[in-house]
Amino acid sequence: MVEYRGVAPWVVIEDEGAHVQARRCSRCEAMLTRPSLACPSCGAREGLAPVRVADRGVLHSYSIVHRSFPGVTTPFISAVVDMEDGTVLKGNLRGVAFDPEAIRFGMPVRLVFDEAGVDAKGDRYLSYFFEAA
Amino acid sequence: MRDVYIVGIDMLKFGRFQGATPGELGAQAALLAMDEAGVTIHDIQALYSGNQFDVVGMVAQDIQKQIGQTGIPAANVKNACATGATAFREAMYLIKAGAAEVTLAVGAEVMPRGLLGGGETAGLNPEGILGSASMPAVFAEAGQAYAHEHGATFEQFAKVSVKNHHHSTLNPKAMYQKETPLEEVMGAEMIAYPNTKLMCSVNVDGAAAAVLMSGDEVRRRGLMDQAVKIRASALASDPYTPRNLAMWDINAATRLAAEAAYEQAGVGPDEVDLVELHDCFATAELLHYENLKLCGVGEAGRMIDTGETALGGRVPVNVSGGLLSKGHPIAATGIANLYEISTHLRGKADRRQVEGARLGLAHVVGLGTVAAVHILEKAN
Ligand SMILES: [Zn+2]
Repeated sequence: MVEYRGVAPWVVIEDEGAHVQARRCSRCEAMLTRPSLACPSCGAREGLAPVRVADRGVLHSYSIVHRSFPGVTTPFISAVVDMEDGTVLKGNLRGVAFDPEAIRFGMPVRLVFDEAGVDAKGDRYLSYFFEAA
Repeated sequence: MRDVYIVGIDMLKFGRFQGATPGELGAQAALLAMDEAGVTIHDIQALYSGNQFDVVGMVAQDIQKQIGQTGIPAANVKNACATGATAFREAMYLIKAGAAEVTLAVGAEVMPRGLLGGGETAGLNPEGILGSASMPAVFAEAGQAYAHEHGATFEQFAKVSVKNHHHSTLNPKAMYQKETPLEEVMGAEMIAYPNTKLMCSVNVDGAAAAVLMSGDEVRRRGLMDQAVKIRASALASDPYTPRNLAMWDINAATRLAAEAAYEQAGVGPDEVDLVELHDCFATAELLHYENLKLCGVGEAGRMIDTGETALGGRVPVNVSGGLLSKGHPIAATGIANLYEISTHLRGKADRRQVEGARLGLAHVVGLGTVAAVHILEKAN
């Protein structure tokens, strides 16, 4: 069986599959993807419990990226998605034409998990992607 | 706290200074500003120098080695695109605090080439997997979020670039002085939709500098005729918003800084005669019309359509040509904006003069996030 790493700290891989994990602040309800010592929203140091992030959301914003850094395959759609539970995720929107006419603000999307590539050491990575729901 | 004035301010014509160091460029700009203020290095009581990309980062001391090492307090500031504005603000507060009468603020940059953003990461680079961290894409997403909420169009974003490139034809210190018609802007290479290549700021080197004085010192030297009063200086970071962790927020910090600046100055947005704002990408300018309260909610698209922000309009924005055409050497930008405002307030902007300009606002925003807003007024 192939061993994968998550492309970001909030991509969690378990035997039964992968999911996005956040922490929910019990004081202010913020959904936090990145590690932090305290809640960046309200400063609470306790009550930050890990939760599994919803797998559906709506498209908040995007850009169709035609030029990126050397070695990065283009074009791709960089998307910001408001998930149903209040988490906000950025990632690639795929399965949609690279054409603003084909992309609608507020369109429902779902998370799918897939291979993301191999790093210089040969480690293999898994990421989430957005697809139209 | 007491009032502080700009008495000398200047910038190098932005461009590509192959092989130059930021210390050398900063020193040239410093001498121009000092000459205008009629001071020597022996009058300068403190130096704040802004730079983002120098590896060693002791640019203030490099400047001193070029123009005079007098042992004064000198400090180096790094604050993304607000670096120059932050150095300026520190130089101002030292005078406000009564710890100096004459200070020098410099912003100098020799830029890395190519696309900014991203950077080295351990493991797999997430660029093109978790979206894009390149600056054109990040600011495209900020613009598209506005389009989502208020309906701004690709064409309206492109018009920003047409306007600012037109303004730059009147500014000899801009990197480019070339008209770019709408079809040319929209038809240029698409970098990150909706930002085409002509909607991205110009990557150039440059430096700008300002000599600041207390009111007492300005009067003692008889320099009030050329003095520009700093009516407000506000700096803000981004407060938490739910989308903070997924997309940099250029709006909230700008709004906080703008609100604080208007309050300090005791003026409203409708009293401002001209604005230099952070048009690092054409998409950003429209957002800042609203963030700086130059228009109401959702009215930015209308502002650009009606020409209200063009030279001759209700509130001209980026008459210098902006970062889109004047160029954007990161640390120099914040002081270069203040130079542009000061030049208009002094009635010396020649063909691009905003007639009767009395109050001007300069804004910068850097990712991370930091925003600075200054409001300047002609002293007499
Ligand atoms: Zn909290």
